[in-house]
Amino acid sequence: MNFWLELLLKLALILAVMLPGALVVIFGELKISAHMQSRIGPYFAGGRYGWAQPLADGLKFMQKEDLVPAAADSMVFRLAPYIVLMGTLATYVIIPFGPDLVVENLDLGLFYLLAVSSLTTLGVLMAGWSSGNKYSMIGGLRAAAQLIAYELPLVLAAVAVAVQAGTLSLNGIVASQAETVFTIGGFDVALPFVLKGQIIGFLIFVTAGLAELSRIPFDMPIAESELTMGYLTEYSGLRFTMFFLGEYAGMVAMAAIVSTLFLGGYYLPFVDADLLNVVGPLVLVAKVGLMCFLFIWIRWTFPRLREDQLQTLAWRWLIPAALVNIMLTGIAKVVL
Amino acid sequence: MTLVDYLPIALMIILAVGFCVVMLLLSWRVGPRNPTPEKLAPYECGIVPLQDPVERFPVKFYMVAMLFVIFDVELIFLFAWAVNFESFGWAGIGAMAIFVALLVETLVYVWKRGALDWNVARRLRNRRVVAPDPAEKAA
Amino acid sequence: MSLTDWLSTPENWVFLVIALPMLAAAVKLVTTTNVVHAALYLVVTLAASAAVLLLLGAEFVAWTVVLVSIGAVVVLFLFGIMITRAPMGREATLSHPRSVKLAAAAVSFALFALIGGAAVDAFTSQPLTEPADATRTGALGEVLFTRFVIPFEVVSVLLLAALIGGIVLARRDPGETAGGGL
Repeated sequence: MNFWLELLLKLALILAVMLPGALVVIFGELKISAHMQSRIGPYFAGGRYGWAQPLADGLKFMQKEDLVPAAADSMVFRLAPYIVLMGTLATYVIIPFGPDLVVENLDLGLFYLLAVSSLTTLGVLMAGWSSGNKYSMIGGLRAAAQLIAYELPLVLAAVAVAVQAGTLSLNGIVASQAETVFTIGGFDVALPFVLKGQIIGFLIFVTAGLAELSRIPFDMPIAESELTMGYLTEYSGLRFTMFFLGEYAGMVAMAAIVSTLFLGGYYLPFVDADLLNVVGPLVLVAKVGLMCFLFIWIRWTFPRLREDQLQTLAWRWLIPAALVNIMLTGIAKVVL
Repeated sequence: MTLVDYLPIALMIILAVGFCVVMLLLSWRVGPRNPTPEKLAPYECGIVPLQDPVERFPVKFYMVAMLFVIFDVELIFLFAWAVNFESFGWAGIGAMAIFVALLVETLVYVWKRGALDWNVARRLRNRRVVAPDPAEKAA
Repeated sequence: MSLTDWLSTPENWVFLVIALPMLAAAVKLVTTTNVVHAALYLVVTLAASAAVLLLLGAEFVAWTVVLVSIGAVVVLFLFGIMITRAPMGREATLSHPRSVKLAAAAVSFALFALIGGAAVDAFTSQPLTEPADATRTGALGEVLFTRFVIPFEVVSVLLLAALIGGIVLARRDPGETAGGGL
């Protein structure tokens, strides 16, 4: 019974942190984007700062009609949002919030993560095909081609981290970033992987991660000016909300993964392991917030890439660079 | 015991699906249900759709998927190598270097062959403007 | 082993929970007349087989099935279907005459008997032994890079050959036709 209670508590904790986290990121996107464009942004729902805007949006979406177009393949159409959301939420389970604050510390953590997140491609293709709309179809194909092209550099960058850490377990990866690199004046200094030789890997991972999220320099699949809304065109009401929530939950998940793999995860220097179980979640949330801000900042900085530029970037630059990165990491690891 | 290891994941998936179903049921209670033929028609920004979306698409999408399958299989081996990296040392590096070299060769072949050129049509068109086809000139 | 013994092990219940939907999905996979639906039933079947592999303790192989078979091969199938016809609804050409169906059934049952017989013959009733070391993935890598290192390198040549074959089939040389190679 104790086992079940612990498990449920951990799952509840994860959901309690991550799902509101997605809402916070939605609000952040609205407000930060607004300020970057010299607008005020939401200011009505929830007092002066408009903090309740995402909730109000959600409630509004809930009152909308849930339409399944006549031309759609209704079963596949209804199923697609579940697949997308499932692929995203399943990654939450293995993200460590502290040395013991992890729902499941899988030995194969990293591998599991990449396997599960490849389900999203399937959901997107299902959504695009089943809508019976040519915009959805083109958007779905573009999105899937982009997701698979950028999954490779993403995974290859992660392999280099696994080589350096010598493990696929996410807890193990954080632990190896907590190892002392050198000592100054009695203080043991530990460096995260981004400062320990994985800077190229970090850049590749973040670029590919943005493309996996279909966020603005890589938002070709849902390019409004030519495809209305891509594979989401026919979705309305709460089914659209599921995709929307999945997108932002995916953003939080991606930020958490980047923090764990490259930025030291929950680790904070000079704090011992027991206290780290308390401080750890806050540290991780701070890093996730930082990464999400970076994602939003990039959105308002770069123009959208064309489909051919997008594919060229992945195949000609990121994948060869990631392969070289792996070999260099391996050689460095053997020599040192 | 691996089954117990995956229990949280199964529970998480059940929770995620349950969450969606509850939300959809709520929406079913709250939202209107009044479909009309116009609403159920494919959305094309107000224009009446002229044809079904059964056109043929460029084969390059398929090329990307094919290349992805090849690289995905290679990734599996990279992971198997990365886990045990410590115990292989230089022998492992050598074996993986040959493997990666062949992988890069695949990529170079595809690249040179032009499967990564997404803009061939336009480039051909531009070339024709510069140097018109001799056969066309004769005619 | 009697049926009650078999049912008293919790693993077997889990196996039933996985295997019955898998069987149903496999039957639907061959009987459905919509190609895209068939591909999606294939996803269910593959996911269930990954779950069976997890049940056997082969984690790495299980997630490989998810990553490669579901995440890549089925996506390739779907791409292939969608860029050519993307048929919505039923497709008449997929229903064959009875004689063809019977022949297909006979062939698949023969294959099932062959593979099943071989598996039973190879392992008879000896239980699977858990490897002593904790990380089975490590053991897999160990074997791959010591005993099977030559086949491992040959695999990458095979993949190269597969890709060249695919490109030759799917793509014309840019010079072959005027606007070709799109």
